[in-house]
Amino acid sequence: MLELQGIRKSFGKIEVLHGVDLEVRSGEVHALLGENGAGKSTLMKILCGIIPPSAGTIRIQGTEHHFANYDAAIAAGIGIVFQEFSLIPYLNAAENMFLARELRNRLGLLDRRAMRKRAGEIMQRLGVNVPLDVPVQRLSIAEQQFVEIAKALSLDARILVLDEPTATLTPTEVEHLFKVMRELRRQGVAIIFISHHLEEIFQICDRITVLRDGEFVGSCAVSEVDNDRLVEMMVGRRIESSFPPKPVFEASAPVVLEVDNLRIKKNGPVSRFTLRKGEILGFAGLVGSGRTETVLAMLSAGPVASCTLKIDGVEKRLSGPDEALYHGIGLLPESRKEQGLITSFSILQNISLNNYGKYRKGHWFLDLKKERKATQTAMDQVRVKAQGPNARVDTLSGGNQQKVVIARWLNHQMKVLIFDEPTRGIDVGAKAEIYALMREFTAQGNAIIMISSELPEVIGMSDRVCVFRQGGIVATVEGEAISSEQIMTHATTGSIEHVA
Amino acid sequence: MSHEAAAGEATSPGRNFARLLQSPLTLPLVGLIVVSVLMALASPNFFSLDNLLNVLRQVSIVGILAVGMTFVILTGGIDLSVGAVMALVGTITAGLMVNSGLPGEAAMAVGLLLGLAIGLFNGALVAWGKMPSIIVTLATMGMARGIALIYSGGYPISGLPSWISWFGVGRIGVVPVPVIIMVVIYAIAWVLLERTAFGRHVYALGGNETAARLSGVKTHRVKLIVFGISGLTSALASVILTGRLMSGQPNAGVGFELDAIAAVVLGGTAIAGGRGLILGTLIGAVLLGILNNGLNLMGINPYLQDVIKGAIILLAIYIGRDWR
Repeated sequence: MLELQGIRKSFGKIEVLHGVDLEVRSGEVHALLGENGAGKSTLMKILCGIIPPSAGTIRIQGTEHHFANYDAAIAAGIGIVFQEFSLIPYLNAAENMFLARELRNRLGLLDRRAMRKRAGEIMQRLGVNVPLDVPVQRLSIAEQQFVEIAKALSLDARILVLDEPTATLTPTEVEHLFKVMRELRRQGVAIIFISHHLEEIFQICDRITVLRDGEFVGSCAVSEVDNDRLVEMMVGRRIESSFPPKPVFEASAPVVLEVDNLRIKKNGPVSRFTLRKGEILGFAGLVGSGRTETVLAMLSAGPVASCTLKIDGVEKRLSGPDEALYHGIGLLPESRKEQGLITSFSILQNISLNNYGKYRKGHWFLDLKKERKATQTAMDQVRVKAQGPNARVDTLSGGNQQKVVIARWLNHQMKVLIFDEPTRGIDVGAKAEIYALMREFTAQGNAIIMISSELPEVIGMSDRVCVFRQGGIVATVEGEAISSEQIMTHATTGSIEHVA
Repeated sequence: MSHEAAAGEATSPGRNFARLLQSPLTLPLVGLIVVSVLMALASPNFFSLDNLLNVLRQVSIVGILAVGMTFVILTGGIDLSVGAVMALVGTITAGLMVNSGLPGEAAMAVGLLLGLAIGLFNGALVAWGKMPSIIVTLATMGMARGIALIYSGGYPISGLPSWISWFGVGRIGVVPVPVIIMVVIYAIAWVLLERTAFGRHVYALGGNETAARLSGVKTHRVKLIVFGISGLTSALASVILTGRLMSGQPNAGVGFELDAIAAVVLGGTAIAGGRGLILGTLIGAVLLGILNNGLNLMGINPYLQDVIKGAIILLAIYIGRDWR
């Protein structure tokens, strides 16, 4: 069906793809694997005509293609669902699917009925039931993804690229997506599937192709490999356990943070939890279960109806992230690009963003030399890989960007850090480094709240786990009770507390 | 992605040149040089010291308005009220001197405080009222102009003490006073933006307000202050205007907000905020002044001048737009 051969790509003098092959058959789900920076995105951009290859051929059903642009690739039957959706939030599903090629009636006006009918047919083909009449912003992430897939299919895509489609889905939604993928496979669509979740590869994929540092590592059937072998192919070495050992925990450890009577909405569920010195408290639960919202409410950075907060036993009311910072509490948001980094700033400026107090001279002015020195120290501490402190952060990989955000907070005397999805979109090697940094931080007598949707991460890192469901904490587990079964049971069936 | 980054930062002979091209000051400077040379060719008087100082003197009012405007635009906002605030401050200051018999110094102090207050009012509405700055300042622009007209009855208030004219037409040595005031204001603005935490926060706000807020930057306060600065620079510009006109004119400064915005944008500052330099604004303002001056020297019909200026601004923004 699709055959990429000897694809090379150079930016300037640097070659980033060194002759990559990819062969995808119709009616198969083909996993494209590799760490961040391995060249997956570049390869997909070439496939979609967004950037031209420096060498190599693209064949679709035997015919050679040279895509001048994205539209040419679409015309050749390629459809892609990017990680960030390209839907217009205020339009409904049918309008989004026919955006820029609206069906018209004889008067030249929109033929809304025909579009709705076509949209309905495609949704039926997918075997999903997505409301067609509401603005897509009111659909769930999974439903929006189905709209994207439907849009690609309405363009007669026979090759469908799904770029990390499961990253933001709940397990049930992932199951649903897989059902849709199986249905498309049955209909003969060739699917290229990109994911960092290896267990998903074994669930849904037929064959795999692995890239490493722009090199083609290999291609084989999924049945020929196991988890360890896959990781080895991706990173070139076997990684044992990436989680640092958990320290022995004293039950008498003092409480640094005590939250009670926290309500995001009036009459909403009530959450309470404590955070002890030196521990990592995991916040587990399905996407949308209120973990991030709870943290934002605690800091008054988002909607909050009520919250009693004690820091080191003293009751405090925080008016926002700035005051939280003053009390030594920092937030590392889940979306680094939208909420964590000033992307137009250099590494240096990003790290010192909230701690200029440290580099003052004459009270009012910045001491640029001191700032540079402190930034360099902070960068070395977290091992950011970059040209230097003046490199722009948008040139860094996800893992290095996260390290910059961590460095920003380590540059302070922080007592509590809140990590929201600390390793989302970060490759295996950098993950282990970030885990080590987190343990280093708690070993110094500080504490961490870690929101995570990855169960292995929650289990591997947390000393205790608060499980969320429907906007509040339904259970707190520790020790041996921290297991996938326990957490998933609470997350899917736990009952929430409504009394204050 | 990281590979692309590596490619972008590779050492090569063209690197210094590339870096030069990336500097936000390069394009405005090239524009300034090109326009200057063209003007010099068209009119031999152009490069005389007298004429150059004259250009700078003419530039000073819009140049000063553009300083406050730069702060506001860098945070991602806009301030349409600057021209009207300048007129209101001028009118009230003159009225306090002439009608209320206040000493000139006291009246000017009141005027500066008034400008600052209006700016802070704008800022408070934008920050805590969570209203878009373009609407807030459009409204206060109308209000300021209206109050100026009511207060003065629509007529210029003249009869000011003669020393006021020093601010408009005086000289220290050969250098006009307005030029000195402007340069001092730019110097202060440069220090604020480049050498203080507040300056970094201004850029951070325009770059990514959510990230700035979540990392503990007091975003509301930064907004309040940038609009305060804009109000204050409007009032400072009014001091020069009043000195030049020797009266408080409620109809002065109509459309000056657009000239100030044009100067900021010509200076290479992104209209969406986050990127730009105060020196660029100075270049932009001078560029605009040279255009005015040169077109006048050439004796071009004033209506046609507007068309030419508009076309040049479009061309400049087209060349300097974000290519990435």
